[in-house]
Amino acid sequence: MKNLHYFLMIYLSLAASAASANEPSPERAHELVRMVRQDCGSCHGMTLNGGLGPALTAEALKGRDIPKESLVATIVGGRPGTPMPPWHRFLSESEAGWIVDRLLEGFPQQ
Amino acid sequence: MRKFLALASVLLLSACAGQPLRGTGDLGLVIERASGHLTLINTSTKAPYARVEGLGDLSHASTVYSRDGRYAFIFGRDGGLTKVDLLEARIVKRVIQAGNSIGGSISQDGRIVVAQNYAPGGIKAFDAETLELLSEVPAEYAPGQFSKVVGLADAQGGKFAYALFEGGEIWVTDFKDPKKPTTQRFPAGKQPYDGLVTPDGRYFMAGLYGEDGVALLDLWQPEKGAMKILEGYGRGEEKLPVFKMPHLRGWSMAQGKAYLPAIGRHEVLVVDGISWKEVGRIPVKGQPVFVMARPDGRQIWVNFAFPDYSEVQVIDTLSGKVVKTLSPGKAILHMEFTPRGEAVWLSARDDNKVVIYDTASFDKIGEFAAQAPSGIFFTSRAARIGF
Ligand code: HEC
Repeated sequence: MKNLHYFLMIYLSLAASAASANEPSPERAHELVRMVRQDCGSCHGMTLNGGLGPALTAEALKGRDIPKESLVATIVGGRPGTPMPPWHRFLSESEAGWIVDRLLEGFPQQ
Repeated sequence: MRKFLALASVLLLSACAGQPLRGTGDLGLVIERASGHLTLINTSTKAPYARVEGLGDLSHASTVYSRDGRYAFIFGRDGGLTKVDLLEARIVKRVIQAGNSIGGSISQDGRIVVAQNYAPGGIKAFDAETLELLSEVPAEYAPGQFSKVVGLADAQGGKFAYALFEGGEIWVTDFKDPKKPTTQRFPAGKQPYDGLVTPDGRYFMAGLYGEDGVALLDLWQPEKGAMKILEGYGRGEEKLPVFKMPHLRGWSMAQGKAYLPAIGRHEVLVVDGISWKEVGRIPVKGQPVFVMARPDGRQIWVNFAFPDYSEVQVIDTLSGKVVKTLSPGKAILHMEFTPRGEAVWLSARDDNKVVIYDTASFDKIGEFAAQAPSGIFFTSRAARIGF
């Protein structure tokens, strides 16, 4: 029993650290939210209801049902032949993943 | 009764005293995109004089003016069309006319206001007095396929020219009978992103995103169709990423030439306004967004897309060179010249302020606070073709 408890504790702390490897610092998270609202917003709309680019609200994304990896790849590498530019100079893949997770649950306000 | 009349006349008089008569020639507005506010401003006092609230989602909002410069028509991203009285500083009327709108235009005679919409793609005409819907033209370029509309501009004789992003066409709609518009279609090129009408109303240009070039339609001889200018200006080199689409308007013309943003190149392209041949290109700091001539055409001011948007460059049209690089504030989204160009107002979104520069000395001559300001629109637009 004691062993099991010990094991659980290790497991939980590992899980927590895996999550935090993906989790940007609060300052960076703030910057990313601002960037999505303002700079992605110039094409997707500040409310993310769409503009030249499609809506990125949770509802719209779920409606189109695109795999998460593909959305991350779109953000990082852009979509050639469309106005969606690549953002890899300004964010890492895990930050793009964090943005997609936030988008899918309803993007935070600034 | 007599007492009542006396009281009423006193009230009336004091109401008049509170609102001295004034013209609108030096007024304008600043869009505060985050908060849904407008700040009304005066270019003579270089200061705000009122605030108007309740305009919905103003990200990417744009404005046209009634002929007398008194009323501003604001097109919001959420499809809202709001008519604002600059003298009384209040909303006169507001309608939600589409799901997703990008801008609009007003007819030569000032009687109809036309909105250009992304969703549902198309244009809609409204009575400028009442905002009553008169007619609409869906941008259905193929059966069941609708396009986003870009670049709407007023042409002469109650016509409006615009381009279809997905459709790759220029359309010219005639609202002579506002309830029964007729439309002509012209193939233009891949993915037009914005358009402009030249200050004389003769040419409509659509900048292309999907290929290097600009489509040009002579509105005096539309039967000749759209021709392509600046074809292959990228010379086959790989494009730099475009983090924001440039904006075109008639401010591109100066001294008989058009100064146009390149797409995916950090250059301003210069085209002769008669032969429409390229006559030069001017390297600049970043992807140009607004390439705006001072009203006299001596200078061209250029701002940039993310991440270079905290600097602004000034081109001297006599030497054809950048003569000044300024850092007016963080995230410069828009610029507007005073009617005769002695000063330029710039919105610094991330510094939450509007800054004012003298265009001769490049000295800062004013600033005031505004929440995430974006577009700045002065009433002098009321008298310009294509604005
Ligand atoms: C210059 C305009 C522009 C900017 C800026 C822009 N996008 Fe896009 N984006 C587009 C367009 C256009 C598409 C649609 C591409 C297509 O047709 O497949 C798109 C597609 C996407 C998609 C895929 C949506 C789907 O369902 O297929 C995602 C996710 C996305 N953008 C996220 C972002 C994020 C995050 C940013 C900011 C870091 C951003 N975009 C900035 C224009 C832009």
